[in-house]
Amino acid sequence: MTAETVEKTPESPVHPARRRTGRGRTPLLYVIASVALLVMAAPFLWMALSAFKTKQDLTANPPVWIPSRWTLDNFTALLDQLDMPQYFLNSLIVAVLVTVSNLLFCSMLGYALAKLDFTGRSKVFALVLAALMVPGNLMILPLYVLMNGLGLIDTYAGLVLPFAAGAFGVFLMRQFMQSVPDELLEAARLDGAGEWYIFWRIVIPLVKPALATLTIFTFLGSWNNFIWPLIATNDPGKYTLPVALATFANDPNRTVGGGNGMLMAGSLLVVLPVLAVFAVLQRHFTQGIATAGLK
Amino acid sequence: MSLTTGPAAPQAAAVDKSPHGGGKAGRNRRGNRSLSKHNLTGWLFSTPFLVLFGVFMLFPIVATFLMSFTDFGARNVTRPLEAEFVGLDNYTQLFQDDKFLKALFNTGYFVIVGVPATIVLGLLAAILLNNGIHRARTLFRVGFYAPVVTTIVAVAVVWRFVLDPSDGLIASLASEVGLTAPDFLGSETWAMPSLITMAVWRNMGTVMVLCIAGLQAIPTDVREAARLDGAGAWQELRGITIPLLRPTLLYATVITTIGYLNVFEEPFVMTQGGPSDSTLTVSLDMYREGFNFFHMGYASAMAYVLFVVIMGITVLQLRLLKDNTR
Repeated sequence: MTAETVEKTPESPVHPARRRTGRGRTPLLYVIASVALLVMAAPFLWMALSAFKTKQDLTANPPVWIPSRWTLDNFTALLDQLDMPQYFLNSLIVAVLVTVSNLLFCSMLGYALAKLDFTGRSKVFALVLAALMVPGNLMILPLYVLMNGLGLIDTYAGLVLPFAAGAFGVFLMRQFMQSVPDELLEAARLDGAGEWYIFWRIVIPLVKPALATLTIFTFLGSWNNFIWPLIATNDPGKYTLPVALATFANDPNRTVGGGNGMLMAGSLLVVLPVLAVFAVLQRHFTQGIATAGLK
Repeated sequence: MSLTTGPAAPQAAAVDKSPHGGGKAGRNRRGNRSLSKHNLTGWLFSTPFLVLFGVFMLFPIVATFLMSFTDFGARNVTRPLEAEFVGLDNYTQLFQDDKFLKALFNTGYFVIVGVPATIVLGLLAAILLNNGIHRARTLFRVGFYAPVVTTIVAVAVVWRFVLDPSDGLIASLASEVGLTAPDFLGSETWAMPSLITMAVWRNMGTVMVLCIAGLQAIPTDVREAARLDGAGAWQELRGITIPLLRPTLLYATVITTIGYLNVFEEPFVMTQGGPSDSTLTVSLDMYREGFNFFHMGYASAMAYVLFVVIMGITVLQLRLLKDNTR
């Protein structure tokens, strides 16, 4: 799908009004961009195509790109050997819980930092900024000891709690909420509205684009998270998709030819929902990165 | 989204019904009503985050620090308080540990090669997609950014194939033109460059998106004025784009550096640090010491050394790059 569209672009007519900005080099630029896109996409294309290959095609030398015979065997073998629905469900439950709690708690603090003048506000904000800079690896050792002590290893709570409220979300929400006019909030206060009402009914609806951005970032961050689920789960029944896939990839018992096909099929199943969501919502993504990056 | 409905509704209705009642109560002490009211609500709105933050971030940060001065080991996972204080032993031991020094060197290698490559390619992609290309922009952006949003494990699965010495993509392309590709991941020389290439491929999109946002903030008349004055593409890049993009590039450099100093997933899923520790990074060494050997005190000291390095380099970068603008 991607390759076809790419090959067409160099020949596609350039809008006359825009030709000027390309200064006549536009076709060349399209060729460069298309080659770069192919390089970027090649691993994905390989993965997607390999998932549908037979054992013969997978081990063929030189490798074949297009399956000589399309097959779903890799997927059925994968579902046979691994409890994919359970891993999928685990990843989904964790990602949803992490996302919902981040949306709620980060926007609450974001609101307080942007719109409520309370003693200690600047200190709380400094804490959030400092937290943005602390590498996640710094806390995994005692976090494991803590979770183990609380009996939360191999539980959803153990997977969710360390990520339930992130500094990035607070920063993002604060930036967006600052653009909500104070007059609006003052008017509501004069009408006797409580702070919770103002937050929930006035501010939250006004920052929906920011919430969309935060949703995507948090959901994908959780979906793709690897280190912590690796540490915090021992029971395969609680594995998230990446942990299950990595375990399978490193399993010495995995048969060579068909095993690789299953691995590609599994990777495709993990990646596909993410790429689909991203393709649809990419505008929010870019907006969010731009806002967080440029104040 | 369900956020706009739900638990707030009853409370909101209650507030709606009694605007006058609420007003009357506060009217007598109007002087500091607003401030004290915001003090309470401000802290109420902050509390849930701060509690989670305190328990799952602040406490572990402090605990890592304390653990780094102890012999915290496997038995202490269930009895943390029985760990013994060993002073600076872990730290002095670290700097005599060849393995750790190698990890430190490898991490530096990753940063020194990886960061410039990521920034330059990300910037070029941004300029290409923002100024050179007008059709199918979304397709290109999604394509260039897709590796960023992809699970590392899936990426690793594919890249292992790409780099495989017997039937891998590069190996077979090379054999078609009569060359022999090295055993990328099995060679001490090639393993690290391979991982760096993969990381650049994976992270370039973030820099690209940041730079596109930065480019779009540059007023078009600045460019047009330069063009009227006869500036070529290179002059425009050096004279206008890069100087005006400096804050973006600074931010991108800092976050990429921090990310690469922490690099863990690439070596973990691709090489497990091998061959002969040639891709062992500080984070991976810390993980192994902590969770494979349960030398948690020692691993904590490693975590703090890395943290200090990261802070130092970040501060240095901010200084250096800021001074350059003047």
